[in-house]
Amino acid sequence: MTTFLGMPALPAFGSGNLFAGESFPKAAHRELGNAQLRANLGHATHTIRDKRQAVVSELPDWEQLRDAGSAIKESVMARLPELLEEFEANFTARGGVIHWARDAREANEIVAGLVRETGETEVVKVKSMATQEIGLNEYLEEQGIEAFETDLAELIVQLDHDKPSHILVPAIHKNRTEIRDIFLREMPGADPALTDDPPVLAMAAREHLRRKFLTAKVAVSGANFALADSGTLAVVESEGNGRMCLTLPETLITVMGIEKLLPTWQDLEVFMQLLPRSSTGERMNPYTSLWTGVTEGDGPQNVHLVLLDNGRSAALADEMGRSALHCIRCSACMNVCPVYERTGGHAYGSTYPGPIGAILSPLLTGIQAEENNSLPYASSLCGACYDACPVKINIPDILVHLRSVDVDSKRGTKKVPSQMDLGMKAASWALSSGRNLGLVEKGLPLGRLAAGRDKKIKKLPGIAGGWTQSRDIPAPPAQSFRDWWAKEHRDAGGSPGTPDGGPSSTPSPETKEAQQ
Amino acid sequence: MRIALFATCIVDAMYPATAKATVRILERLGHEVVFPSGQACCGQMHVNSGYLKEAVPVVANHVAAFDTADYDVAVAPSGSCVASVKHQHPMVARSCGDAALEARATAVGAKTYELSELLVDVLGVTDAGAQLGSYFPHRVTYHPSCHGMRLLRLGDRQSRLLRTVQGIDLADLPEADQCCGFGGTFSMKNADVSSAMLQDKAANIESTGAELCTGGDASCLMHIGGGLSRQGSSTTTLHLAEILASTMEEPASVTGEVLVSTGKARR
Repeated sequence: MTTFLGMPALPAFGSGNLFAGESFPKAAHRELGNAQLRANLGHATHTIRDKRQAVVSELPDWEQLRDAGSAIKESVMARLPELLEEFEANFTARGGVIHWARDAREANEIVAGLVRETGETEVVKVKSMATQEIGLNEYLEEQGIEAFETDLAELIVQLDHDKPSHILVPAIHKNRTEIRDIFLREMPGADPALTDDPPVLAMAAREHLRRKFLTAKVAVSGANFALADSGTLAVVESEGNGRMCLTLPETLITVMGIEKLLPTWQDLEVFMQLLPRSSTGERMNPYTSLWTGVTEGDGPQNVHLVLLDNGRSAALADEMGRSALHCIRCSACMNVCPVYERTGGHAYGSTYPGPIGAILSPLLTGIQAEENNSLPYASSLCGACYDACPVKINIPDILVHLRSVDVDSKRGTKKVPSQMDLGMKAASWALSSGRNLGLVEKGLPLGRLAAGRDKKIKKLPGIAGGWTQSRDIPAPPAQSFRDWWAKEHRDAGGSPGTPDGGPSSTPSPETKEAQQ
Repeated sequence: MRIALFATCIVDAMYPATAKATVRILERLGHEVVFPSGQACCGQMHVNSGYLKEAVPVVANHVAAFDTADYDVAVAPSGSCVASVKHQHPMVARSCGDAALEARATAVGAKTYELSELLVDVLGVTDAGAQLGSYFPHRVTYHPSCHGMRLLRLGDRQSRLLRTVQGIDLADLPEADQCCGFGGTFSMKNADVSSAMLQDKAANIESTGAELCTGGDASCLMHIGGGLSRQGSSTTTLHLAEILASTMEEPASVTGEVLVSTGKARR
């Protein structure tokens, strides 16, 4: 019998709102049918995309900034345990309290316990992906604690009992008329004469929120960055509602993924240039709040931080996939993604939609969790996301890696191989020698026959039917290039070359001329 | 220069005219073209679909076919397949723990060029009309395929060559940098999203009033052309190599086999 001491068995995968409940193609099919959604998304993503491009283009050192951001994050991942302990020591020394949570359940229980200790039953919330990921609002509600989102877009989504569909613009799928209707229906005391004019809507939300800010005793936030060398936390936002939450209440509870660390204050310089330009397309975001522990007589006097793993250690253990943890949640990848632009965020199921979600969700949960193995295929591998990523996460390469993890995870487990399995096996044979491919190409005239009089193939069976649902295939040629070349060459009197061997060379120009 | 042609499987089997055009262009410049007959496919369909194990023999075959000193450079009329040869082949070799194959794959990749890359960077073609005799009196729009644009960073090499074709009327394609939605097996696995992307690409092409859409990748062009055909559009697709190879004496067939067989070439 062996006695195992030390590290728990890895990987410990994440839980919470990280799962595609149905396969991506199925969800996408439904979302694509929503014309309003597609119009809203098309408009919104193109607007942000253009703004981002404009502010990125004006920086001569943008590529160097990306390199720096990537290098800093790589070094953080390489020495995460050490940096976490350094951060913990500094945060604690300044009066903060650290809590460690392995997964969503632990994090939720810690937060609920801390709120309960204050005797309060209401909390105000700063927009946060980590708390969306763990499903904190729903958990608190079960525990009799009401959580109020204070970010305008999150508020809209919460009032509508909906789910965010974008990490930066959670209500990107709603237009202003829809928002007016939600306010009228769900916001206590909303003026029945409310119009859909954006400033009017913003003022209505402001009035509603101001009441909350002035009475709340407990706030819950996420964090964009944590600086190890000082124990400082940072929240970057546009509206100032976050700052209200971070400064007015007596108790502040922050939930943050362990990958958000930066080694030093100096590193913030790089990210404060990368993040606003990549996310909102602004040179600088309007509000940046930084806090270090407790300051007597100023701001919250009970300051807590829940450090969340929830599958991050498992992602870190994946050599090819770990750079997904570099993500600073800017959303540039989804704003440029042609797939996201058409399906919206809900199709991805998880809190993290778009290209980053397609890799991050299965990395955090394991590829076999629910329908998350369909997410890495939700990309044409066009590469726009990689170009836009401020920390240079090679999303297409990681997507391909996760596809192979998915395929390998199913090898030998199926009684009957799928059409894709059989097709790939057959194609591997056909495409692994010139002779084999040449043999297959002898069948081209049959394809011509199948194409019929209009020289088009319009319907194919099985998975290939996906192609012919919107595309014809032209009639194949009577002869492959390979055949033509060999014949040309033979007729020219040269050696035809061995079927699998070395190169055969061009026929002499004179003979060629005669052939044409 | 002795240039090895990597026809790519799709061009070899479906679009032999594109490979013939590539040969014609290179010969016109006075180079010798060889066709390593062991070649088949770059294997990216397998890699990109997650079938890494099945990709290994395909990659090994390509490396074996091109790992010879018998040519100076290799060329393919495809940005995507060249990107696979350069970027994916060493990775596939590494994944199966074959260091020797990885080294040979890297060497083959270093000698392999996409057509416009070879023409502009190596063979010094700056004016297709003057140097290749390219003549193509048609209204054309151009789709820069994703892998050529983002993996090979071809920049404006292809469009610069097109602009210098005599007689051409090159119309800018709105949202040219947007993917056409092909993505290999993506077009089947996520057929709905792929079709939605294709629909927008086709609409943008139609909006230019071009007779045909060109580009550097036969796979994307088959996708775009297949969509246009299904929608009953008269706009077709034609590979860049065929436009560059087209001359006044020997014009390219513009409208594909249907009209050629009835002898009605559109003007």
